[in-house]
Amino acid sequence: MKKLVSLLLAAAMLALVVPVFTGCSSDKTLNLLNWGDYLEPSLKDEFKRRTGITIKEKVVTSNEEMMIQLQADDCPYDLCIPSDYAIERMIGEGRLAKIDFSSLKNYGNIGEAYRNLAYDPTNEYSVPYTWGVLGVLYNKTMVDESDLGHWNILWNEKYSQEIYMYDSVRDAMAAALIYCGYDINTDNADEIKRAADALIEQKPLVKAYLTDDVKDSMIQGSGALALVYSGDAVWCMQENEDLGFFVPEEGSNIYFDSIVITATSSKKEMAEQFIDFLLEPEIAAKNIEFIGYSSANTKVLDILGEEWANNTAYNIPEEIVKKSVIYRDLGDKIDIYNAQWDRIFK
Amino acid sequence: MKKFGKFLKGAYLGIVVLFMYLPITVMLVMSFTDSRSAAIWNGFSFGAYAALFSDGDVMDALLTTLLVAVISSILATVIGTATAIGLHSMKKRPRAVVESITQLPMVNPDLVTGISMMLLFAFIGIKQNVGITRMVIAHITFNIPYVIFSVLPKLRQSSDSLYEAAMDLGCSPVKALAKVVIPDIMPGIVSGLLLAFTLSIDDFAISLFTGGTSTNLAMLIYSKTAKGGVHTKFCALSALMFVVVGTLLLIVNLRSLRQEKEAEQQRRKVAQKN
Amino acid sequence: MKRTRLAYPYIFVWMPLFIVAPMLFVAYYAFFDNGTFTTEYVKQVFSSTTYLPALWNSIWIALATTAVCLLAGYPVAYILSNMKKRTAALLSILFIMPMWMNMLLRTLAWKIILYDDGIVATVLSWFGATNVQLIYTPGAVLIATIYDFLPFMILPIYTTLIKIDRSHIEAAHDLGANGLNTFLRVVLPQSVPGIISGITMVFVPAMSTFAVSTMLGGKKIVLFGQLIEEKFLINKSFGVGSTLSLVLIILVIISMVIMRRADRDEGREGGTLW
Repeated sequence: MKKLVSLLLAAAMLALVVPVFTGCSSDKTLNLLNWGDYLEPSLKDEFKRRTGITIKEKVVTSNEEMMIQLQADDCPYDLCIPSDYAIERMIGEGRLAKIDFSSLKNYGNIGEAYRNLAYDPTNEYSVPYTWGVLGVLYNKTMVDESDLGHWNILWNEKYSQEIYMYDSVRDAMAAALIYCGYDINTDNADEIKRAADALIEQKPLVKAYLTDDVKDSMIQGSGALALVYSGDAVWCMQENEDLGFFVPEEGSNIYFDSIVITATSSKKEMAEQFIDFLLEPEIAAKNIEFIGYSSANTKVLDILGEEWANNTAYNIPEEIVKKSVIYRDLGDKIDIYNAQWDRIFK
Repeated sequence: MKKFGKFLKGAYLGIVVLFMYLPITVMLVMSFTDSRSAAIWNGFSFGAYAALFSDGDVMDALLTTLLVAVISSILATVIGTATAIGLHSMKKRPRAVVESITQLPMVNPDLVTGISMMLLFAFIGIKQNVGITRMVIAHITFNIPYVIFSVLPKLRQSSDSLYEAAMDLGCSPVKALAKVVIPDIMPGIVSGLLLAFTLSIDDFAISLFTGGTSTNLAMLIYSKTAKGGVHTKFCALSALMFVVVGTLLLIVNLRSLRQEKEAEQQRRKVAQKN
Repeated sequence: MKRTRLAYPYIFVWMPLFIVAPMLFVAYYAFFDNGTFTTEYVKQVFSSTTYLPALWNSIWIALATTAVCLLAGYPVAYILSNMKKRTAALLSILFIMPMWMNMLLRTLAWKIILYDDGIVATVLSWFGATNVQLIYTPGAVLIATIYDFLPFMILPIYTTLIKIDRSHIEAAHDLGANGLNTFLRVVLPQSVPGIISGITMVFVPAMSTFAVSTMLGGKKIVLFGQLIEEKFLINKSFGVGSTLSLVLIILVIISMVIMRRADRDEGREGGTLW
């Protein structure tokens, strides 16, 4: 009898231990914390074929979520592709590992303009991936051309129930802050509150608050206007010719997404191998062709050709870049934003 | 009048069936379109199926789902059966207490079971990178009650005297259990195992909170489609799952129907002879 | 040597560690912050203007789902139960089959159907109704929830209905009761246990659902379960999340108690603690 009990317990223990090992057979696995549709799927196979390393992706929809994931004591991720202000915060919190740039043979492909930016001034922690600006995607068959050009189009009652807003605090608030005439990095509680009021006033006009969903909805032609990143605009315009993209004259946000290695990663060298792989011109071009975001890799545009060079949502004109502002990490002040943001969805 | 009533009833059933199968049919149809997004019909193609089978994430999730379901359902069945046998010979009071606590995972919303396990794992330090272990423990926990409550009724039906008789005839307790009790309650054990297996395959909420870096099929579908567009490969996945599940259910049910029919014929024959 | 010992590993190890302890953790995180007692989270939850509206959303969605499922599902179960045994058995497979499809895939199908130029919009446009907003509305969430849970209402009612002794119905007829009277006085009261377990099987999971509204609500309607998911998986604020979960648990317990009472009033013996 006792034997049976101990046998059962032993069996139970064994079965619990076995998966621990299968879980750890992940010696050759890199966990990547990424955005949706932000890595060409076949590249994972290609990388595995070359190195035997499996890339496991976990998809999130906001920078805030990435920051929180990296704060966990048992953060399982090796790599992450956050935006500028999130990187600034992660560096400050000590969540990132310094990258050994001498091991990146292809780093020379990164344009000068994308190095040593304010969020990583000494360029030790991040390798630029893509960049772009926040703007408005519109359907030419539904929107009057004369209405284009300004942020107030998102508050135009003519397009009631035809507007999609991006479900992300900083981006939606940025649109509202500029609309109200404020700076997108303001920490003035009054200004933030007034911007949130503008979003509440806008709510009846909004069809839905989406993230990656917005692409399909706009491609189907089921909305007239959407607040999107320029990269998503490129994706949508490839699929539906009726769509156009503009960056409002009042200015906008410019973002830089970079690859970083987490401080908790025990596979730093493998992670660097992957970063270097992504920097190869052919690989980078294949990736960009799929995801649609502007590349920081100078070789990519040569490979993609003229059509991409002429697309202003991809090859963003200098004067728009000049008018665009980068997000700064707001520290604790982000709580003011969050509280105001919650107010919109009650 | 009677005919009209019959027609109404049939029409009503028809409408409900239509409601229930419309979504499934749509998925089936859209799985054959030549498009990345399931929102647009774009000509016939098997592309979605090709995309499904070449998608490493889907295959990975499928493997995780099956692995977790097999390990957790077998272990839950072993622990649950042993517990049920033990419970059956316990006094009424303590048994009622244990049974009540055991029902907790059955009555709790999955969401709550999931987050409570997540808090426990965070506290005792079973980390996110051993996602499969976390999932297996969580699945065993919510499966054990279903096994226990499938086996207990069978134990009540079987007679205790069998076990005692076996002991009187010189069997060791282990042998008596293995040779007499277990075969007697086998149907309960098997249905517990099957229930545990299906519940584990189907689970979403509990896995979502405990899975860590491991992803099962339901989690994958959620992360890829909840906030993003619907890729046609998920229609292909639905279509395949529906065909597999439908065939299994039909086979099982038709078999039990035929068995019933045969049993009835047998009875009739016996009755005629008498 | 006692068989009771077989239950010991479960009773003394698994149950306290993986069923009781996790629930205690939920309570702990709701009332303690780094080891010191606090009512901060409770205050936050009840003073905030975001949490309570989401709770109301969940309650009305769950109530409406339960009501529609009961009203639509009862006739199905009733019609089926009056059919020839074999026809009913075959037809019931038809109604149960969708239950075995993963709930996420079933919800996903609705996303495709309710798209702006999806099937429903197309059909509506034939009748002149254009520009009807379908997806990203509370109605979309409601219809998918109803769809997901309808089989869980039909099945238990059907099983109790087929168990009703036909002679009771015949007796009522012989005593001069008409069809409606027989139904109201004989059939309906005897099917109450089925109705109650159907309501429980629909209401409790509908209260805590979150995937449906994430997929179809477009944040125009936010459910309570969604907030809990967000607090645990996205914000990692375990304190507020646990408090919200406690509110959910309390609501579930209250609804269970009401259900039990209703069941007991029908003259059946009470079950265990819950």
